[in-house]
Amino acid sequence: MAATADDFGPTVYHVREGGRGVNFRVQDFSLWYGASRALWNNNLDIQSGLCTALIGPSGCGKSTLLRSMNRMNDLIDNLRTEGQMLLEDEPIFGATVDVIALRKRMGMVFQKPNPFPMSIFENVIYPLRVDGVNNRKLLTEVCEAALKGAALWDEVKNRLKDSALGLSGGQQQRLCIARAIAGNPEVLLMDEPCSALDPIATAKIEELINELKGRYTIVIVTHNLQQATRVADNTCFMYLGRLIEYGDTKAMFDKPRVQRTADYLSGRFG
Amino acid sequence: MKTNDALMSSHMPFSAMAASGTSGMPEPVRRHKRSDLSAMGEPQSWIMGAALVLGLTMIVGFLGYIITIGALTFWPKPIETVTLADGKIIAGEVFRSDTYKPPAELLASRTAEVRAKVEQDLGYANRTLYRVGNFDLYGEDFVWVPDFDSKSVTYDKDLFYIERQEWGPFIGRITQLDMAGVQTANPSQEELQKASDAARKRKAEIFRLDGVEIAGINHELDKLRLKERRAVLTYGAGSKEAADVAAEVARESDELRAKYAVFEAEVTKLRQEDERFTVTLETVDKQTKTLPVSNLVRFYQANNLTTADKWSIYGSRWAEFVTAQPREANTEGGVVPAIVGTLTMMVLLSLAVAPFGVITALYLREYAQQGYLVSFIRICVNNLAGVPSIVYGVFGLGFFCYILGGSIDQLFYPERLPSPTFGTGGVLWASLTLALLTVPVVIVSTEEALSAVPRSMREGSLACGASKWQTIWRIVLPRAAPGIMTGLILAMARGAGEVAPLMIVGVVKLAPELPIDFTAPFVHFERSFMHLGFHIYDVGFQSRNSEAGRPMVLVTTLVLILLVLCLNAFAIYVRNRLKKAYNVGAF
Repeated sequence: MAATADDFGPTVYHVREGGRGVNFRVQDFSLWYGASRALWNNNLDIQSGLCTALIGPSGCGKSTLLRSMNRMNDLIDNLRTEGQMLLEDEPIFGATVDVIALRKRMGMVFQKPNPFPMSIFENVIYPLRVDGVNNRKLLTEVCEAALKGAALWDEVKNRLKDSALGLSGGQQQRLCIARAIAGNPEVLLMDEPCSALDPIATAKIEELINELKGRYTIVIVTHNLQQATRVADNTCFMYLGRLIEYGDTKAMFDKPRVQRTADYLSGRFG
Repeated sequence: MKTNDALMSSHMPFSAMAASGTSGMPEPVRRHKRSDLSAMGEPQSWIMGAALVLGLTMIVGFLGYIITIGALTFWPKPIETVTLADGKIIAGEVFRSDTYKPPAELLASRTAEVRAKVEQDLGYANRTLYRVGNFDLYGEDFVWVPDFDSKSVTYDKDLFYIERQEWGPFIGRITQLDMAGVQTANPSQEELQKASDAARKRKAEIFRLDGVEIAGINHELDKLRLKERRAVLTYGAGSKEAADVAAEVARESDELRAKYAVFEAEVTKLRQEDERFTVTLETVDKQTKTLPVSNLVRFYQANNLTTADKWSIYGSRWAEFVTAQPREANTEGGVVPAIVGTLTMMVLLSLAVAPFGVITALYLREYAQQGYLVSFIRICVNNLAGVPSIVYGVFGLGFFCYILGGSIDQLFYPERLPSPTFGTGGVLWASLTLALLTVPVVIVSTEEALSAVPRSMREGSLACGASKWQTIWRIVLPRAAPGIMTGLILAMARGAGEVAPLMIVGVVKLAPELPIDFTAPFVHFERSFMHLGFHIYDVGFQSRNSEAGRPMVLVTTLVLILLVLCLNAFAIYVRNRLKKAYNVGAF
């Protein structure tokens, strides 16, 4: 069933008005892997200090969109983009953009926990290490603050020198969150952060996300619709590379305005 | 039970349903009673097992042969005194025996009885190779004795096996000891030992004066000569500065020459003194030979030894082998220069090959645009391993020694020309040549190690705002370090075994000086050096006496294998430390 652009109406927007404004804009963004097109003219305004969930069936482009936000897709050969994204009105795509400085403004948490094979301490302060910070006192303070922010401090405070690979899966993922926030970013990107975790670890991470939003703008990709209702203020439904509907989570789940969204949310496909 | 039956009848099994025809499906046909042999993979595992056994047999057999022969070489053997059919007497160690076909001329000169016996054995007879020594008197070290020629064999307790500084071993009796005029007939082992110890002290003193003091003065004189020549080259011949330097050099040289004369007189006196202490040796066939006591290295009554004596001789021979200089065209004495040379070369090789290979692999794997060109380069690198090593030697001689070394000489050592400093074979050029030879191994294994670093690690680092280089330096390289070490270990083992290219870029039969010593700058990159691998070739095929060299070949091989083993053990230890530090399961 080859879908053409004509099968889809324009994106329906019904996000809450007001709030703290918008700090991340996606403007008419399209993306190609070689010859195959993965994203079709996406337009999205992400509200500052809120948690926005990207949902949709597998292969709909939500991870691709998320990984374009901090240009992780640069690692892929034969990749082509059109359109623009803006972080605080500064462009993300373009020849003159300093990608390294850009990534420092956006922490990222991946699907599978990926702690580095170093001590817990070194893992957390890695963003500072690459900045050349060697002030022991500052590093210790940042490490403690980040681990507390990631609700991991009490569990690891006595073994900061141990290898991070000795932690459980859930602890490793929270360590990765600590690492992501240690660099004091503006936006946190989370690519299915709980898909490799058990329900208890998932619950802890969700609790943590609820604590972190407000301080950071969070964009989370999730397959778990219940998770989206629990953590996200706004939800964006994607299908075959298009944004179908973007709106307030509660409103969208209660009363979706597009038939396809309704079908997906009620489990009729996906 | 009853409820159970009821349950079973209500949940009818599938087969029963099929039988009753309710589903309309045919009864499934079972084609095989059991899996056949090839499906279970039995023959394949037998073949694999057999291949493993074959491989292990070859390895164990080869190493076992080297270790057995190598370990037995230094064990003192008994001396057999053989009376031949024609009345001649010989004495020697049994070296080996075999079966051969005696030529007709030889048999014609023997009795009819012998001929009949040989005929009965289809023309074959046994013979034994004796190491009779006494090369200076007999003109040969080894004698074949056919069994039919040997009339009687005795083991005389008073026969000595004497290792000497010159002419190889002597087998016979010690009839007289002359201690500067005090003569003792048929001296005992203790008296000889005392005389020998005293002689060794004199020898050590002569060596100190000759090899250290006089050599030092020679070295100084050479430096002065070069200084004068440098002054001439810098200021021009006949200039005032050059004349000043020449005058100064002449003054200092005169001082040194005066010192030299003093030492030389002392050495001459000691040498004359030393020659007054002699022993007289007598072979079993009553030929005599008188030589200075200091010429004796080791002597023992081979048929009169306790087990403890044998062990002590065995130990002292091994100690000499690994701590002393070679004697007798390398077939006797130690291999210290070769061990030092090999080690120096291996260390330099590792230092050169590791950064070179790792940097190349890093660029190929991490930075280069993957495409046809990179694939082509990769194929070329792999194929470099197939180039005969002698070609690398020729390249090393042309490029490193003549072009690079020649330029260094022109620039930095003009005063020594025309005799080359770096412009000829040396330990540095040999190491670089071998580095070139082994770098493909390091490149390939490093590339594999790099590609085995999970993508998630790199992404995690990049997402933290690390640059590509920071990611490689902080995350990728440490993770890949154990794999890189594996490549380095392979490269070192390959480098240790190479001989052919070394023969033309700096290895020599006998190096006068070690590449590492106590005179500044301590490591002499330009010096030619000895190598255990070349030592094996030299002793086995280039010496006066290849028969005597054969056991030495195996002993040297054993030492080389042990050396490689030690280096590898060290590298593996480092690798395991790295693995632990980075929790890497692979490799």
